[in-house]
Parts: sequence; structure tokens; C-alpha cells
Amino acid sequence: MELIFERSRKGKIGGTLPLKDVNEEVKVDPAYLRSRDAQLPCVSEPEVVRHFTRLSNMNFGVDSHFYPLGSCTMKYNPKFTEKIALLEEFTALHPLQPQLLKGAKLTQGALEIIYNLEAVLSEITGMAEYSTHPMAGAHGELTGVMMIAAYHRHKGNVRKHILIPDSGHGTNPASASIAGYEVKAIPSNADGVMDLEEFKKTLNEEVAAVMLTCPNTLGVFNPHIKDIADLTHEVGALMYYDGANLNAIMGKTRPGDLGFDVVHLNLHKTFATPHGGGGPGAGPVGVTKELAPFLPVSRVVKKDDGTFELDYDEPLSIGYIAPFYGNFGVLLKAYAYILLLGKEGLIEVSENAVLNANYLKVALSKYYDLPYDKNCLHEFVLSVSRQAEKGVRAVDMAKALIDKGIHPPTIYFPMIVKEAMMVEPTETESRETLDHFIDVMKYLAELAEKEPELFKDFPKTAPVGRVDEVKAAKDMDVACLNDDSL
Amino acid sequence: MIPGELKYTKEHEWVRMEENEVVIGITDHAQSQLGDITFVELPDAGKDVKQSDSLATVESVKAASDIYAPLSGKVTEVNTSLQDTPEMINQSPYGDGWVCRVDVGDKTELDGLMDAAAYEEFIKGTSS
Repeated sequence: MELIFERSRKGKIGGTLPLKDVNEEVKVDPAYLRSRDAQLPCVSEPEVVRHFTRLSNMNFGVDSHFYPLGSCTMKYNPKFTEKIALLEEFTALHPLQPQLLKGAKLTQGALEIIYNLEAVLSEITGMAEYSTHPMAGAHGELTGVMMIAAYHRHKGNVRKHILIPDSGHGTNPASASIAGYEVKAIPSNADGVMDLEEFKKTLNEEVAAVMLTCPNTLGVFNPHIKDIADLTHEVGALMYYDGANLNAIMGKTRPGDLGFDVVHLNLHKTFATPHGGGGPGAGPVGVTKELAPFLPVSRVVKKDDGTFELDYDEPLSIGYIAPFYGNFGVLLKAYAYILLLGKEGLIEVSENAVLNANYLKVALSKYYDLPYDKNCLHEFVLSVSRQAEKGVRAVDMAKALIDKGIHPPTIYFPMIVKEAMMVEPTETESRETLDHFIDVMKYLAELAEKEPELFKDFPKTAPVGRVDEVKAAKDMDVACLNDDSL
Repeated sequence: MIPGELKYTKEHEWVRMEENEVVIGITDHAQSQLGDITFVELPDAGKDVKQSDSLATVESVKAASDIYAPLSGKVTEVNTSLQDTPEMINQSPYGDGWVCRVDVGDKTELDGLMDAAAYEEFIKGTSS
């Protein structure tokens, strides 16, 4: 498909500018003036409309297709939350409003929503307090690790390492090392969970924290979690919970009760707000009472008279980590989702997520290898090794699924499984959708057996065929932005 | 397939002794597991490394992985041609795809590495 810049022809105009209403007498500092014209495509209005309509038709999302992308919890995002987030009472609020003198009075509703959301997230995860500021999961992780660092500094502890199992999300070591820690990877045992003996060998008083997701990326709940937490606390280190997999355990157990000190959540996973490209994310971070003084500012506080205001007077706070209060519209949607489902509803979410994953796991294990064959929670990891012997690798299977109208599961992760394919159906899929997926996966396994060579050409029906991934990674060319011919 | 004259690590690095220096790279098995390599982050020459420290990073279409120092010592030379042609590691993991040379301090560390036969057994054990 053509880029809109490629449709550009000098002289074509697609809009009408309003009459100029600025005083031309005002002199603008030349430093702020463009040295050359803005690089805008010259296209007509219908061309613009058709271009973007075509693009929107090419979109592949949870509103159009089944999307079992492991570790990403691509559940359906109910539309009633959009309606609420579009209420003018919220959209017309200016983020600076509560910071004006007595401005908090004009934004009581919004402040109360942030305050209440922090309270329900604390209840769901067993933490003392939350900050809603982080804009995404990894941002929440970095915020969490920075609080861990601030805690150790405050205590006078000198800590160098963060321990992370080799099945962890890639963002864990990234956040830890950006925050200045050296990462030590702990191998998994035959059951697919962090090896307790290896962990004990590596744990010492130089360790700042242990970062875990539980259940882990294999969908396995670590049976030694309490021992790990106790051992970690014995050496004065902290437990960090990566909340990416919270969808498996809501109402069944709480990270706080398991001994975790810091938790980040992904509202765009567990609490049904849109993911990245479909809207900004949100990665609130929760802490125990001991760590609460280190939370970022501002904090929403409830005064004795029941009103809310922003508090910036937190001397131990790690400071600002985001403009304003997080992605407020997203927080609002998550809050609405939690209120609608209630306690019983959230428990059912996790039960159905786990049921759906196990249903698929049992059915698909007939056709694909299952290196860690245990009861899984919300997700499981297949291996395409059997098919790879015929030349059909996980990436080929993924491309074939695109042709079948299904978003491929996460592939090649976690790295402890060869030719990994990580499937997370979520609770929002019907039995019929799951059965359809099983049929397609069965068909592809049989096709891989009989005609493996066909897979090299998939996908055939997608707007873009097989992408040259090496070229895409090596020769990045951000379309035309520096092309003077346009 | 697995060169007999080299030593190997569990992290799939290979080491070739050349007088006081060693040449370091990643094995054919490692490159085939990584898939097409698109970027290599090399250490600076002169850097002191300890055994098991992260020495370099390779990025493939699948993942980014660390290359760990098989031995302690000082990096004397890096294969800068990998910056433009990282695919050399895929094409020639034991030859032109070498990563760096290290002046080794403690030669006894070599004894802890695997020989070709042991490495072959090791990869058999890990491929399920």
C-alpha cells in the first residue's frame, strides 16, 4: 500500500485554513522559525479519508480477531468504559486545574476516582498504597525499582544485584539495569519455576530485590513462593511482583499476602483498558506501608472533611516520574471495569481465564509438544519443535495463523522453551472461538507434517506478505521524513 | 561440526587459545538458535572483564542475548566488522564471526571449560 507521502503532488490541497487572526506585528525569535517548509503531503481530502479508512481496515485487533498473545492478556475491552471516559465532565478537565489555588475543589470527582482506584487496587493485590502515575508496565517497573533503590539508600544498605529467573519478562532486567543494578539470572528447574537451590546460592546481602512474576511466563505458580519471600527478606532484600500475569489469580491470592513488597499492574492487561497502539497504557505501582513514603509525587490525599487534594510534601518520595497523574482516561476505564465486575466478577475473570487456557492446553497438546506439562494457570507454552524437524518453525506457524484470521501467540518467549509459542486466550473468548482455534492449530500441525514447504510463503492473504525481518531490524527507514523531493 | 581444538561454555561461547590471548565467539548451535543476527554490541578494547560478566550483546530477529566472558582478562581487540555485517556470526561463527580477543589473566580458568565432546553432549542434553 502507498504511503500518504507517495500520493503527494505539488499543489494539491485537502483542507481550508481559517482566516488568520494573529497579529503579524509580533516578532518571533528567528531561533523558533522553520528553516524550511514543513514536510506535509499535498493530498486532497477524499484521498486522505480513503487512505486512513484503508489503513483502519487493515487493523488487526481484539475487536476484529481472536488474539491469544501470551503474557499480554489481550482481553476484549468492553465499550461501556469508553462511554464513561468520553463524558465531558472528564474530557473537559484540564490537568493543571487541581494545581490551581483552590483548584482541587473543581476536580473533586477526578481526584476521588484516582483515590478510589488506588484503594481497590490495594485491596485486590494486598498492598498498602498505590501510585497511578506510570504510563505503562515497564514504566511501573522502573518506578518500582527506583523506589527499591531509594529504600535501600535510606536504610544505608549497599546493594548491587537484582535476581530474576530466566523465564522473566525482558522488561524486568531492562528496568533493573536502567535503575543501576546488575542483573543475575536464576535458572528454572524441571518444573519450569525458579530453581530454589540456585536461588539460595545466589542470594546474599548484596541483593537489592528479587523480581518475579507469579504465575510465571509458563503459566506456572511457584509453589516455593513463600520460602523465596522469607529468604529474600532475611537478607534485607525486597520482593518485586511483575503484575503482567495478575489475570490468573484475582480473588484467589494476593501478591501482598505472598510477601511481595512492590507490585506493578498493567491496567491494559488485567483491567481491560486498551493496549499500546489502541490507547495509552497504565502501569500503577503498589507498595507496602514501609515503602509508601518513597512513592512518586503527587499523591491524592483524603482530608478529614472528606475532600481530596494533591499532596507534594513527601520528603522521601522519588519525585516526579510522569507529567500529572498518569493516563487519567485509562485509570477511569479500569475503575469503571472493576466497579462493574465487583469482587465476584473479578474472581470469575481469573477462573475463566484459567479454565480457557487449560481447555486449549489439553486439546493442543495432542498436536504440539508441551515441554512443561503441568496444570497451567492463565497461559501455557507449546513448542513447535516437532514441526520444526520438518522445517516449520514457530515463526512459520505464526505467519500461517495470520492467514487463518488469528493473531499469532507470542513466539520465541520465554527463551527456556525451544520454538516457543505462548498462548493466552483470556476469559473473554467463547467456547466456539476456542474450538475454532483448536481446529486451525490441528489443521496447521497436519499441514506441517504433509506439506511443510507451503509455510515459507505464509501469510498470503494479509495486506503485507512475509516480512524480511532482518532488513526490518537492520535498515530502518522512517518514511520519507528527510526526503526533500516531496 | 563442533571444532575439536576449541573450548566451550554452557552459555555457548567458544574460546581459541593463541599464546597469551584467546579469541572468543559464539557457537554454531548458538547462532542457529538465535536466528538471523541483526546487531552486535561490542565491548571497548582495553576493557577488563571477569569470567561470566556480560561481554557483548547480540540481537537477532527473535531476541537480544548476552555473550558472557568465558575467561577473565583484558579485551585487546574487537571484531569491528560485525557492526556493519552482524550476519557474519550466522555465516561463519567460528571464523570471520569472531567477537573479540582477550588477554587472559588466569589460565587455570580454561580448565573449567568444556572440550568439543563435552559440549556436544551438553547441547544434546539441552535440546528437548
